[in-house]
Amino acid sequence: MLKMTHLSKAYRTEVVETYALRDFSIHVSEGEFVAVTGPSGSGKTTFLTIAGLLEEFSGGEYQLDGANVRGLNDNQRSKLRNEKIGFIFQAFNLIADLNVQDNIDVPLRYRGFNAAERRRRIQEALGRVGLSARSRHYPAELSGGQQQRVAIARALAGSPRLLLADEPTGNLDTQMARGVLDLLEELHRDGATIVMVTHDPELAVRAQREVHIVDGQVVDLAAQPRLVATASAAT
Amino acid sequence: MFNYYFGLAIRSLRRNIVLTVLMIAAVGVGIGASMTTLTVFRAMDSDPIPEKSRQLFAVQIDNWGPNAKGVGTGDSEHLQEQISYIDATGLMNARAAHRQSAMYVSGAALTPANPDVLPFQVQIRAAYADFFGMFDTPFLMGGPWSAADDKGHADVVVISRELNDKVFSGANSVGKMVNLDNHEYRVVGVMGSWEPVPKFYDLNNNAYGKSAEVYLPFTRAIDGQMQSWGNNNCNGKVGEPGWEGRLRSECVWLQFWAELPTAADVEHYRVFLNNYASDQQRLGRFTWPAHTRIRDVREWLVYQHAVSTEVRILVLVSFSFLLVCLLNAMGLMLAKIMGRAGDIGVRRALGASRRAIFGQCLIEAAVVGLAGGLLGLFLTALGLMGLRSLLSEEVTRLTHFSPADITIAVMLAVLATTLAGLYPTWRAAQVQPAWQLKAQ
Repeated sequence: MLKMTHLSKAYRTEVVETYALRDFSIHVSEGEFVAVTGPSGSGKTTFLTIAGLLEEFSGGEYQLDGANVRGLNDNQRSKLRNEKIGFIFQAFNLIADLNVQDNIDVPLRYRGFNAAERRRRIQEALGRVGLSARSRHYPAELSGGQQQRVAIARALAGSPRLLLADEPTGNLDTQMARGVLDLLEELHRDGATIVMVTHDPELAVRAQREVHIVDGQVVDLAAQPRLVATASAAT
Repeated sequence: MFNYYFGLAIRSLRRNIVLTVLMIAAVGVGIGASMTTLTVFRAMDSDPIPEKSRQLFAVQIDNWGPNAKGVGTGDSEHLQEQISYIDATGLMNARAAHRQSAMYVSGAALTPANPDVLPFQVQIRAAYADFFGMFDTPFLMGGPWSAADDKGHADVVVISRELNDKVFSGANSVGKMVNLDNHEYRVVGVMGSWEPVPKFYDLNNNAYGKSAEVYLPFTRAIDGQMQSWGNNNCNGKVGEPGWEGRLRSECVWLQFWAELPTAADVEHYRVFLNNYASDQQRLGRFTWPAHTRIRDVREWLVYQHAVSTEVRILVLVSFSFLLVCLLNAMGLMLAKIMGRAGDIGVRRALGASRRAIFGQCLIEAAVVGLAGGLLGLFLTALGLMGLRSLLSEEVTRLTHFSPADITIAVMLAVLATTLAGLYPTWRAAQVQPAWQLKAQ
């Protein structure tokens, strides 16, 4: 699903060149739930933005769902991002002056679905996150946990092949965070491929596998998959 | 996607009402100021007879010679703008054009048949029968007098619709009599509405004024010694006294127009006119080489400075003001769009291409332009009303705001604002979603 090989990302100024990622390789298979961990400034978010085609990389290779993304122009990258990737952000990033259903509608509009198809997908996504009754509410009228569930519904509505989550519980209290994590695990059980960036080791253990980044490099690809999702499903 | 972007634009504009009102006001005030002056300019600069303006020619003959002073406003070629009675008679007798007419403006007191209505002054244009066919004047009733009437110095008149309404209550007055300066004239025709702006055939005498109320044969007006109410220029030489003295003088007070439908006709007439002036030189009247000119309507308006330099400068100033307003609107748009960089980053993350963001923001700019254009129309209407209350009746006639002007105003507003929105929009499309999302 996601394969980066010897990938690098350098930020250059007139006097200095700083590598955010260096010789970075990772392979996420279809249906996996992977946690990417590391201290602040380790390159986690840079990895996520490159994985989400929001940023270009300096060297190496990146294949998304079998397609090499190097050299794609802005239109092609935007189309691929819209069709294949769903984003869940730490700050939810809902658009304040759009209500819940209009927020979920945003990626569907760019996808070019007709009105009936968009309506169906919005209802389905809202049903999945348990917010069908809140479709006309504005973000400011929702709790943090509800806002994050709307963001998840927005990410799911386009049926993406890959969900990228950046500290999805970072702005939530413990109880709301648990609810969001439960939802992610449920999605994983239903077959979603999820890559979750977090600096919190306690969250990482909920993933199937953990990838640890330090100074822009993968230092420990966990050899033993933690089948947390499966285990929790069994209990 | 247009409907979607349009809806987003409305939402976005409603989100910050103060900024939106400022943007729309900036565009509206600029459009209002520029359209007010442009409306006046277009009326002054418009072709008053578009279907024939290239076939109608004003005739000029230098009968004063190269040492004359103070020839007129269009004297860059040292030519008088009007001609003398001697030359008018000579040209009319030659009949070298398809149609031609000497003419001048005069006036008289009209005494209505109804004794309850007091006599009043009317403006008269003395002309030949060709005047009506040459200028395609419309007729409500009857028609022009004939060439025989010209020859016979007939007591006939054509009257305007307004005068017919006033004196005959709008009834068919053909065959009825009107009394001008205690002389009876038979009405042969009632003209329809005919108000060329500017009054190209006589720019010397109230170029933006109303057309005459009465038209009568030139030959009859001369017989009746009807004085010219227009511009008379004698180059400082008054000549012999009395009416006959005026007719024999070199004073210029008549306009002369010729209709020349083809390029060959124009060339032939030029040659004829030069030959005429050369003949005058041979006869000893002119002591200088032939110096003549014919100009079609468009050339004549330019030569006569029908649109004053002041008006052109005013248009330039008002469009500069529009530019300043648009720069203000651009700054406000930039501030507004950059304030939404976070939202734009989210949209980019959700699959919007740069082109999509560009389109969305450009439509928002166009909506501001449209609203500014509508406000501009309102302000233009106010501006024109202001002009009407401040300026003369002649200028008031210029201040019609036609459907074409409305279209121009709205299109100008949308186009100009969209152009002004290009830079903010381009900046919006350059928003790096990764930076925005990292910043959050």
